[in-house]
Amino acid sequence: MKALRNSFREISRYPSAVFGLLIILAIVGLAIFTVVTIPYDEAIRFWRGAEDTIYKNPRNAPPVWYNWFTKNDLPASFDVTSEDTEEFTKTVTPREGGNTYDFSYTFDYSYDTPPQEIFLYIRSNYADKNPFVAITLKTPSGEEIKVSDFGATSRSFNFRFNQDEGLLKRLSRLHGRTITNAMQGLFTVLKSDPPAVDKGTYTMDIKVTGFEPETDVNLELVMHGVVFGPFGTDHMRRDLTTAILWGAPIALAFGLLAAVGTSVLSMLIAAIGAWFGGWVDELIQRVTEVNMILPYFSILIMIGTFYSRSIWVILGATIALNIFTGVIKADRAIFLQVKESTYIEAARAYGAGDWRIIVRYLLPRIIPTIIPGLVSAVPAYVFLEASLALLGLGDPTIPTWGKVINDAYQNGALYKGMFYWILEPATLLMITGLGFAMLGFSLDRIFNPRLRGM
Amino acid sequence: MSDQVTLKDKNTQAPEDPSEYVVDLQGLEVFFELRKFGFQHAGYVRAVDGVDLRLKRGETIAIVGESGCGKSSLMRTILRLNNPTGGKVFFDGKDITHLSANELKDIRRRIGYVQQDPYGAMPPFMDVRGILEEPLKINGVTDKAEREQRIHAVLEKVKMTPVEDYLTKFPHQLSGGQQQRIVIARAMILNPILLVADEPVSMLDASVRVEILKLLRSLQDEFNLAVIYISHDLATVRYFSEHIYVMYAGQIIEKADGDDLINETAHPYTHALLAATSDPDPKNVDEFQDVPPGEPPSLVNPPAGCRFHPRCRYMIPGLCDVERPPEFNLGNSHLVACWLFKDNHV
Amino acid sequence: MADKQTKISTREQTQLAREKAERMNRPVDLSVTKEYATDDYLLQIKDLKLHFLTTRGPVQAVDGVNFDLYPNKAVVVVGESGCGKTSLAKAVLRLLPRNTGEYSGQVILRGVDTMALSDEEYRKDIRWVKMSMVPQAAMNSLNPVIRVGEQVAEPMIVHYGAKKSEAMEQAAKMFQNVGVPVDFLTRYPFELSGGMRQRVAIAMALVTGPDLVILDEPTSALDVLTQANIFNLLKRIKRNLETSFILITHDISTSSELADIVAVMYAGQIVEVSESHRFFSVPRHPYSKKLMASVPRLRAKEEPDFILGRPPSLINPPTGCRFKDRCPDRFEKCDVEPPIFRFGEDWVKCWLYEGQGETDE
Repeated sequence: MKALRNSFREISRYPSAVFGLLIILAIVGLAIFTVVTIPYDEAIRFWRGAEDTIYKNPRNAPPVWYNWFTKNDLPASFDVTSEDTEEFTKTVTPREGGNTYDFSYTFDYSYDTPPQEIFLYIRSNYADKNPFVAITLKTPSGEEIKVSDFGATSRSFNFRFNQDEGLLKRLSRLHGRTITNAMQGLFTVLKSDPPAVDKGTYTMDIKVTGFEPETDVNLELVMHGVVFGPFGTDHMRRDLTTAILWGAPIALAFGLLAAVGTSVLSMLIAAIGAWFGGWVDELIQRVTEVNMILPYFSILIMIGTFYSRSIWVILGATIALNIFTGVIKADRAIFLQVKESTYIEAARAYGAGDWRIIVRYLLPRIIPTIIPGLVSAVPAYVFLEASLALLGLGDPTIPTWGKVINDAYQNGALYKGMFYWILEPATLLMITGLGFAMLGFSLDRIFNPRLRGM
Repeated sequence: MSDQVTLKDKNTQAPEDPSEYVVDLQGLEVFFELRKFGFQHAGYVRAVDGVDLRLKRGETIAIVGESGCGKSSLMRTILRLNNPTGGKVFFDGKDITHLSANELKDIRRRIGYVQQDPYGAMPPFMDVRGILEEPLKINGVTDKAEREQRIHAVLEKVKMTPVEDYLTKFPHQLSGGQQQRIVIARAMILNPILLVADEPVSMLDASVRVEILKLLRSLQDEFNLAVIYISHDLATVRYFSEHIYVMYAGQIIEKADGDDLINETAHPYTHALLAATSDPDPKNVDEFQDVPPGEPPSLVNPPAGCRFHPRCRYMIPGLCDVERPPEFNLGNSHLVACWLFKDNHV
Repeated sequence: MADKQTKISTREQTQLAREKAERMNRPVDLSVTKEYATDDYLLQIKDLKLHFLTTRGPVQAVDGVNFDLYPNKAVVVVGESGCGKTSLAKAVLRLLPRNTGEYSGQVILRGVDTMALSDEEYRKDIRWVKMSMVPQAAMNSLNPVIRVGEQVAEPMIVHYGAKKSEAMEQAAKMFQNVGVPVDFLTRYPFELSGGMRQRVAIAMALVTGPDLVILDEPTSALDVLTQANIFNLLKRIKRNLETSFILITHDISTSSELADIVAVMYAGQIVEVSESHRFFSVPRHPYSKKLMASVPRLRAKEEPDFILGRPPSLINPPTGCRFKDRCPDRFEKCDVEPPIFRFGEDWVKCWLYEGQGETDE
């Protein structure tokens, strides 16, 4: 315990170390928070984009705080259900042969741009005869626009405002020009040029006529704003929050596992080679030299393309290719020196066997040397994983930062001005790398006193 | 355990029963192979070239010589950290010359090793308790309570009290003398019968040296240990060991009891060593010492015959440079390997 | 070879050695042994202090050191490890590390206070011109990639602006003085043995003909016979080249080979300065007495003794006499720092001698 306190005191003398450590702690905290609040299975489900998880999300929406930077007030999304929301009133009028349901929802709309889309979900439990639905929208300027009327031909019917041709024709007539976007038509002042949003109170009236007495109908109204959530959405309407948050534990896990795995194995193999000498040592050195020449990134690309993109396979291959590197040679040099120490000779004299000497006497000597290397290697592995994902070789089922960037790139995010899509994961990658790098450099100066002057 | 040390002249008596001796080296040879360019054989370094040594329990032999004379190789061969290339090594009556590492474990338990560098002899990342536990754990003492008890006992033996104060300290927190005590404690913790000490005090301060040597002496008396000292300092060695062996270029050239070595010095090299060892005497300022010219020979190509002959003023041509002198007995267990005594021995 | 004795005792060996030595010597230069007046001191050190700053506090390595040295004499500074003797050497030669705290006092060389000179003046005029040093383990501090001849010649080039050929000639002369064969000039350090390298280091210190050479543990890493050779060399140099030495060592036995005067250092201070005959027979300070008693001797009967306890830390030295915790003769006055009591050229810093010697106050 005292040793830990001493090390903290030592670290606190270097501001860069403290800063790096704080960043790392923040990322780790984020990772822990994420794993606790969004369990892994949930996250995968979200990421797969199942209909029920994404239907409330707009497509390609920037994050909510984007509003702070724009002149226009961009609308956020909302969704209300007739069961849960008080303001969404439901009146049931029985009549002969079925019930009539009158739904009404009043809301304020004072944003500067129209919403992206409105969905209306009609859930009814009819047996044979489907109910009939009629929708009307009352605007603040007093217009009463007939939206559409149709039969709800399935028990869970989704009416998308933007896809109704009849609505578009009606709106074009009302505005006096061709309207291609139903939302624009519905939410702007009639005949305004340039189109100005009609701000005020809107009321949506939906009349559902049922043809069976036992039918019950419930509605869900989803309005997709232009901005959504803390991180925005992507082309598949997936909330980027999942990916951004979950990128943290995955990046950390990959980076740490790879860094620790390679460091520990390198250390152990170097110790074995140095201690036993002879052909064991020669063999290890030759394997190392050959492995150092191989381009491991290209090999990983090959594995990803031809074999498997599973993240575990990639992790395993990364570790395997990175064990036999220059680190082994450096560690071996230190071990060769430590091997001649007096206390190792004493240990042989009181009967210590080879493995005990390697594990109990040699390895502890090298730990201070490899710790800075280990910490500095983590961002390298994080970037490696992100690079592979960026190239399209990442694991498609797992939400990682690299995958997000890959999606963004594939969908031309920069051309379409959706900068948030790339900037969010890229910034987080950079911050992670920065934190580990700063801590790693400071640790290097602490553990290697000769570098202290720098 | 006999009180008298009787080293009989090996030329006239039947071989001794080896089990009487803790250590018995017979014609020990340790040659290291030299390689040129990693492949070619380039000769041998004859680090130990025909050494006979016998040590009984309760006795001390000091091996004295300059650096490069092979005393370290000799000592490491006794500990079987080196492999002998010729001759035999007996430990407590058992031939250990060719034993494997596993078989040696039982032997190693009974030899304690004290090294020259007290700080280097301890792993810097272990505390005192950990350092002392290692030999116990390796040699099968699994009961934690027993280990603790043995550690306490041995620390009291080396006078590191109160024991609790020291158990959690790390080597760099101790003074040189204290570090060496821990090393001695570690050597003693398995109840050895032989202690091998390689210049145990040469890296300690003058005022602490005698303290540590007296401690070793008292431990020896209490446990009836056989002790082998390696040293280059004749002055200290003289007080703490009965027998002194002088080593030169891989061979032991004189064996005597302490007082005999100083008062009845035989071999010319021993004379030179003694003359060069100063006592604090103000008259030294005005006197130049007579040092044999030249340097110790290379162990790869040693001189023929007596290895000291190129530097010896009493060299007998035709004899000293041709044939290696045998050990001549001068009485009172004083042996010397020098042709000057070929007509004057017992 | 004419001796047909079969057993040669040490006494006879010593007698032979002495006779041979006298044959080897040149006639003693009587001018060297004349009495000097006080202003003929070669070196006077007054109240020299050197403290180092560490994270645990200032290490008062040299804390008020005083002594004086006549020409052609050798002073041996004796002390255990950690008493500050190497720091004393560095303080005299102004070889200061980066974390130096206090550095004060006077170092008067032939009447000139070197402490008053600037760093540049000191470097040009004093260091390696009038005073030089053979550092500890000097044989390991030779530059491994430069030939030894060039290393010995370098001080001549740097300080006297000598041309390379002149400097190499001087180096060759030095090699002869120290007993290294001249054809070793072109060798590299790894080709020489330990004893040879130490001689080269000594040659390097002597090449500019300084008045004073400080030697820090010159023989502690060497064998007994090589040690004897080095001391023979130093004795010859002291005589022939009229150089004074300050020899710093922990080994009292070998110090007697060179010492004209013995200074005992304890915990950053000099506690006794005595002429050598006096010191080795009847030392004054209790610490000196204990040191002498703790030396194992080859030719004496008594078993050596040891001193209980450890030297005090230099970071927080005790008040009063620093030896009081280990002194068998301690009494109440020892809680106050004792002044210097003089006995002619000798002096001792111990309350036991109050009333016997003359004080400075």
